[in-house]
Amino acid sequence: MITLLSILDEAAFVEGYDVKSSELHGLSQRGGSVEAHVRFGKKVYSPMVSNGSANLIIALEALEGLRESARAGRQTKILINEYFLPFMGSIPREEIVKQLEESKKDYTLVQASKICKDKLQNEVVCTIYLLGYAVSKGILPLKKESVLQAIKNVVPQKYLELNTKAFELAYDN
Amino acid sequence: MTKKVLLGNDAIIKAALASGVSFVSGYPGCPSAEIGDGMGRIAKECGIYAEWSTNEKTGLEASIGASFSGLKTLVNMKSFGINVCSDSLLPLAYTGTKVGMVIFVGDDPSCHSSAQSEQDSRGYAYLSHIPMLEPSTPQECYDFTKLGYEISEKFNIPVILRVTTRVAHQRAEVVFEEQKKAQGKGVFVKNPHQFTTMPPRVMEMKKELLEKLGKIMQFAEKSKANQVIGNKKAKIGIITSGVSYLHTIEALENLGLDLPILKLGFFYPLPEAKIKGFMGGVRKVLVVEELDGYLEKEISSLAKEANLKVEVNGKNLLSLIGELSAEKVCVALAEVTGKKFTGFKFKQLDLPKRTARLCEGCPYWYVFPVLKRVAPEGTVFAGDIGCNMIAGLAPHNMQDTLFCMGASIGIGHGIKKATDQKVIATMGDGTFFHSGISALINAVYNKSSPLIVVLDNRITAMTGHQQNPGMGKTLMGENTEELKIEEIAKACGVKNIKVLDPANVQEFETTIKEFLAKDEISLIVCKRICALLARRSQQAKGG
Repeated sequence: MITLLSILDEAAFVEGYDVKSSELHGLSQRGGSVEAHVRFGKKVYSPMVSNGSANLIIALEALEGLRESARAGRQTKILINEYFLPFMGSIPREEIVKQLEESKKDYTLVQASKICKDKLQNEVVCTIYLLGYAVSKGILPLKKESVLQAIKNVVPQKYLELNTKAFELAYDN
Repeated sequence: MTKKVLLGNDAIIKAALASGVSFVSGYPGCPSAEIGDGMGRIAKECGIYAEWSTNEKTGLEASIGASFSGLKTLVNMKSFGINVCSDSLLPLAYTGTKVGMVIFVGDDPSCHSSAQSEQDSRGYAYLSHIPMLEPSTPQECYDFTKLGYEISEKFNIPVILRVTTRVAHQRAEVVFEEQKKAQGKGVFVKNPHQFTTMPPRVMEMKKELLEKLGKIMQFAEKSKANQVIGNKKAKIGIITSGVSYLHTIEALENLGLDLPILKLGFFYPLPEAKIKGFMGGVRKVLVVEELDGYLEKEISSLAKEANLKVEVNGKNLLSLIGELSAEKVCVALAEVTGKKFTGFKFKQLDLPKRTARLCEGCPYWYVFPVLKRVAPEGTVFAGDIGCNMIAGLAPHNMQDTLFCMGASIGIGHGIKKATDQKVIATMGDGTFFHSGISALINAVYNKSSPLIVVLDNRITAMTGHQQNPGMGKTLMGENTEELKIEEIAKACGVKNIKVLDPANVQEFETTIKEFLAKDEISLIVCKRICALLARRSQQAKGG
């Protein structure tokens, strides 16, 4: 998720936007859910996205996407990776999908993990696939070139090809 | 000059290097660890020295020695670290530094990655009389670190850079300079008059310190780190600092208000004349402050001193608990200005919570269930900080106390002396070296008999995989003495010691039963590599 965040920040920066982001590390990472906020525009101040004000929520797991949908405003689009990471006491897939349908929020389930696993033999880059999906569908107001440049600037050499492929893969759909 | 998007902590590294820092010490934690880790990675190529110390006290002391020897230093720790090093911190204010020292302290409002307490470390400025700066953005992390070295060098005093999670782990554009050439070897020039705190000289030093602070306050009055922004004609003013400043501007925009803001970069000493001047022009003040109302109390006191008829608001409208946000500031501003504000109303979905849990393959998966199964009814489980904190959560639910590093043995000993119950204290290898040893000696010396289980997963894991004395490797990647926990326990007088792989469940069970049956202190070292570390080593080898 930090890679996704770094690329997003860099892409906005490359396009000349003022950008601020906020992330959580540490204990919050040991299997608990973690979130990162990105804000970019002509001038941004707070690094945190207020409840209801997000333009886009990207959820890397389905239950978390459902959970977060409560904080989606009328203008918020939600992209949810159709990926389920169950734990003791969690609810079944069908229930998650049912509640999403009932939520009346503007969400899309994207098979990012599955596609990345099938085409790239790597699930971790599903985050970058989701970024590609958002940019290719015009949900995220950034240019394709900006993101490709950002990937070059931010991602270590040995993972460059994989990340670029994952991003461009989203354009094939 | 370069312009890049940087993480707050990375900006601090850049600033320290640009200021000529050549000695870095500290102990890892959230939100500070990137500083030590980052410095460790580039130390050799930059010609500087960086270490992970056994704890924050030894860390601060290492830098004190370096500073007295003429090297510029950077100390890094999370909030609770300042508690641990406070014993050396207070005298350091009296002796002063010889060459610049900045101490990074990372607070964690809302305890995203902290147990113990929601500590507001700013209080230490009052206790220690050490200047303290609060940056709001990564650019200020850079600028205020440089300013910190400027103040430190000018006044021969350490400077604390107090940062919170939302600033240390914020990313934004930073304009910065590259590294200045590192200093090379230092020289310790004897100066007991300045470096020793014997009485009655120590009393003289206090006087010198307070005089110094007077001069630093004058410096603060003129500093650009404290500035007034916004409509200076309005009758309601805001005083704020740190990330709260960013939330405040956002809130003002949301409400369509243009009010003057006094942004304080200095927490201590405060630019008192500037604050009084600001308050003189308004009828009402809102102090937008996260956690404790330190600023608000000082500001109220200054208003009284200057005989100002100004209404000071703060903790009457903003909580003492939890981090702030633009929305929370909107609510407070609405109260003070009479503007209407309705926040975004939503209902949390009633969904099962995903709590922290052990990683897949973690050696603790072998340890917790076995301990729980084997321990007799009424056994007290004294917990400690690190990955084994997770023992307190489902499905383990075996943690009867959790305080600070080393307290599992510390408190476990007390419970053992006070009762007839069995006590099992668990801690990790990092924690053992941090503060477990002195607690262990206390238990041996004062004749109690807890069973101590040290989970040696070959790394200080929870904080992001840092080196510790049990690994035989330093932060800079050099080989060093590999300290063995079982040998230290033996040297501390523990007679019942076993080292085993917890995956050998039979052996582990038998050992626990055997040791619990004894009325003597005993220690088991469960030695098995951290699953994430094992995976990464595999990947590194396999490519």
